[in-house]
Amino acid sequence: MTDPRQSPTETILASLPRRRRAEARFHFYGIAAIGIALGFLILLIGAIGHQGIGAFSQTEIALDVTLDESVLDPSGTRDPETLSTANYRAVVRATLGEIFPEAMRKRRDRRKLTELVSIGAGFELRELVLADPGLIGRTMRVWAPADDEVDMLFKGVTARDSGRFTGKQLEWLDRLEAEGRIRSAFNWRFFSNGDSREPELAGILGAMSGSFFALLTCLALSFPLGVMAAIYLEEFAPRNRWTDLVEININNLAAVPSIVFGLLGLAVFLGFMGLARSAPLVGGMVLALMTLPTIIIVTRASLHAVPPSIREAAIGLGASRMQAMLHHTLPLATPGIMTGTIIGMARALGELAPLIMIGMVAFIVDVPQGLLDPASALPVQVYIWADSPERAFAEKTAAAIIVLLAFLVVMNLTAVILRRRFERRW
Amino acid sequence: MAQAVAAAERVERSSLLAAPEGRRARQVLGERILLGLLAASSLVAILTTIGIALSLLFETLRFLDAVPLFDFLFGLNWSPQIAIREDQVGSSGAFGVVPLLVGTGLIAAVAMTVAGPLGLFSAIFLAEYASPRARSFAKPILEILAGIPTVVYGFFAVLVVAPFVRDSSEAAGFEVSSESALAAGVVMGVMIVPIVSSIADDVISAVPQSLREGAYGLGATKSETVRDIVLPAALPGIGGALLLGVSRAIGETMIVVMAAGLSAQLTVNPLQAVTTITVQMVALLTGDQEFDSPKTLAAFALGLLLFIATLILNLIALMLVRRYQERYD
Repeated sequence: MTDPRQSPTETILASLPRRRRAEARFHFYGIAAIGIALGFLILLIGAIGHQGIGAFSQTEIALDVTLDESVLDPSGTRDPETLSTANYRAVVRATLGEIFPEAMRKRRDRRKLTELVSIGAGFELRELVLADPGLIGRTMRVWAPADDEVDMLFKGVTARDSGRFTGKQLEWLDRLEAEGRIRSAFNWRFFSNGDSREPELAGILGAMSGSFFALLTCLALSFPLGVMAAIYLEEFAPRNRWTDLVEININNLAAVPSIVFGLLGLAVFLGFMGLARSAPLVGGMVLALMTLPTIIIVTRASLHAVPPSIREAAIGLGASRMQAMLHHTLPLATPGIMTGTIIGMARALGELAPLIMIGMVAFIVDVPQGLLDPASALPVQVYIWADSPERAFAEKTAAAIIVLLAFLVVMNLTAVILRRRFERRW
Repeated sequence: MAQAVAAAERVERSSLLAAPEGRRARQVLGERILLGLLAASSLVAILTTIGIALSLLFETLRFLDAVPLFDFLFGLNWSPQIAIREDQVGSSGAFGVVPLLVGTGLIAAVAMTVAGPLGLFSAIFLAEYASPRARSFAKPILEILAGIPTVVYGFFAVLVVAPFVRDSSEAAGFEVSSESALAAGVVMGVMIVPIVSSIADDVISAVPQSLREGAYGLGATKSETVRDIVLPAALPGIGGALLLGVSRAIGETMIVVMAAGLSAQLTVNPLQAVTTITVQMVALLTGDQEFDSPKTLAAFALGLLLFIATLILNLIALMLVRRYQERYD
């Protein structure tokens, strides 16, 4: 291969360009790997942002509603019972009839016309009247949510000729728009409502509240248990086979698939202990078992990072080992423990598989008020909406993901700031 | 000076010597109790493992009363719906787990094809090439990828990757199902990149600098040093990192539930829809059913399989990483 007359130096010099190219290639592979990861991240955030941004606005239709006493409260007693069961939908329909008298002649047209406004319009009128019964008999302008199909049309998701609207409906919508009766407003309903079968009314308050209660349970269980276990293992436990086993067990538990924790919850918390399905309490307990190894590992690392000299100085001054730990080691390790706990909670917030196992995937309209109310959670809401056939739910799904990611960003930023602020290098 | 010493001595006396016997005894007792509490909470982790093992075993044994072990492990047909009623024909053949294992393996293989090279090259870049500034830019990217919930990856797979895979393979003339193993596997692979890269990064950084310097001294370039010296030295640890990645891949649930299919086909074609152990566990437990039906129990049997498989992978991986670290400590 090599020319026998060539000296070794010449051989090496001849091979240098090839080797330099190989070097550049290798370096490039590394950059490319990071680049692909970055590209994927940008694509993911971009796609979800693009898909979900629309859900934060909602098309609304202005209605000059006359709260007719003869419809809502024929007896005139203003009895809350009567007021809450009254037919507000009829009021909405009558208002639409005033705008489009010609549509009220045929039953079919009437139905097609009322379809344009969400049935939520009636519910919102009811809330207004219940809050202030004095409104009855008055005429006022309300901005009612449009039906999700109308919303999709004005957001440009569905085309006019998609066959989802009749010619008359399009005509009515054009007239509403020409009269300035259509606007796009911030979708506060998304943050103040529970789940709904109607996409324009569906909100994430219920899911946020469920997640909050589940995380609260998770934190209340896993934080004390995890920190105490870590203190024992790091500061007091003798080094022997038994503690080796505990350590291997904890490391291994951190890598057990989350869905298996769900099965444990199903068998023990639901099957054996008979707790309620779909309750944030059970979800939080399962998440706590899942987060526990993480918290133990992080706490041990933080305790380990405190130099032994501090411990020894305290003991040398006459403190017991427990006092040295409680008064010196533990306070110094607190920032690290906090950081680890927040990261553990962030992971628990995004976890879904174990919640499915314990039945936290039901359709729940009411916003949970306590640990035992049936509830969903943010990732659960994402999963349920992702499965829904209505097109408007696709943007709701992405919007719920945006909210979920926003919470995760806040939590992780808090952890980073805590770490930057309080981290000590010894 | 003498006054200060005397004052200090007084303080000393009042706090230590003057402490009544009873208070010290109480303190010792309090510490004992606290120590007991600490020790007890370290048992919770052990109890969790035992709880998982026992509940899975117990329910699986009940499942095996209805379905023979041999049919479960080696059956080629998975259609749990058929066996809801025991008197039905062919109910015993419907819980064959082989198609699920093949599907799980296929998706994990696709995932590792993505995560292996990407994770390793990221780790090599971070550990060997990146300047501190590049590192402070690249590491957060991987950490963010690690922090994204899997349900988000799943939605992304359905929203973007699956249509892209379908369109591009149809353009290339392949027949492709809408829920292909490829789409789920690729997205899962990206999810696993940070796991592989962070462990591989640690492992590569732990290789003693003297080995590199020896190679440089002999005239090797940086890439030659990495390829011929650092990587072979770090091989067991890197193997551990990859095994942990595989373990994550087979236990991952939401991406496959949302992006892979439900139909249990026996195929190794990544363009086909396959199903996995975790998908079937979710399918078996979604909706209302009695706690004792073979369907519910089958989920526990699958859970036991999954638990054993990931346990073995994790133990080997942790052992490899740990033994490797000890070698260079």
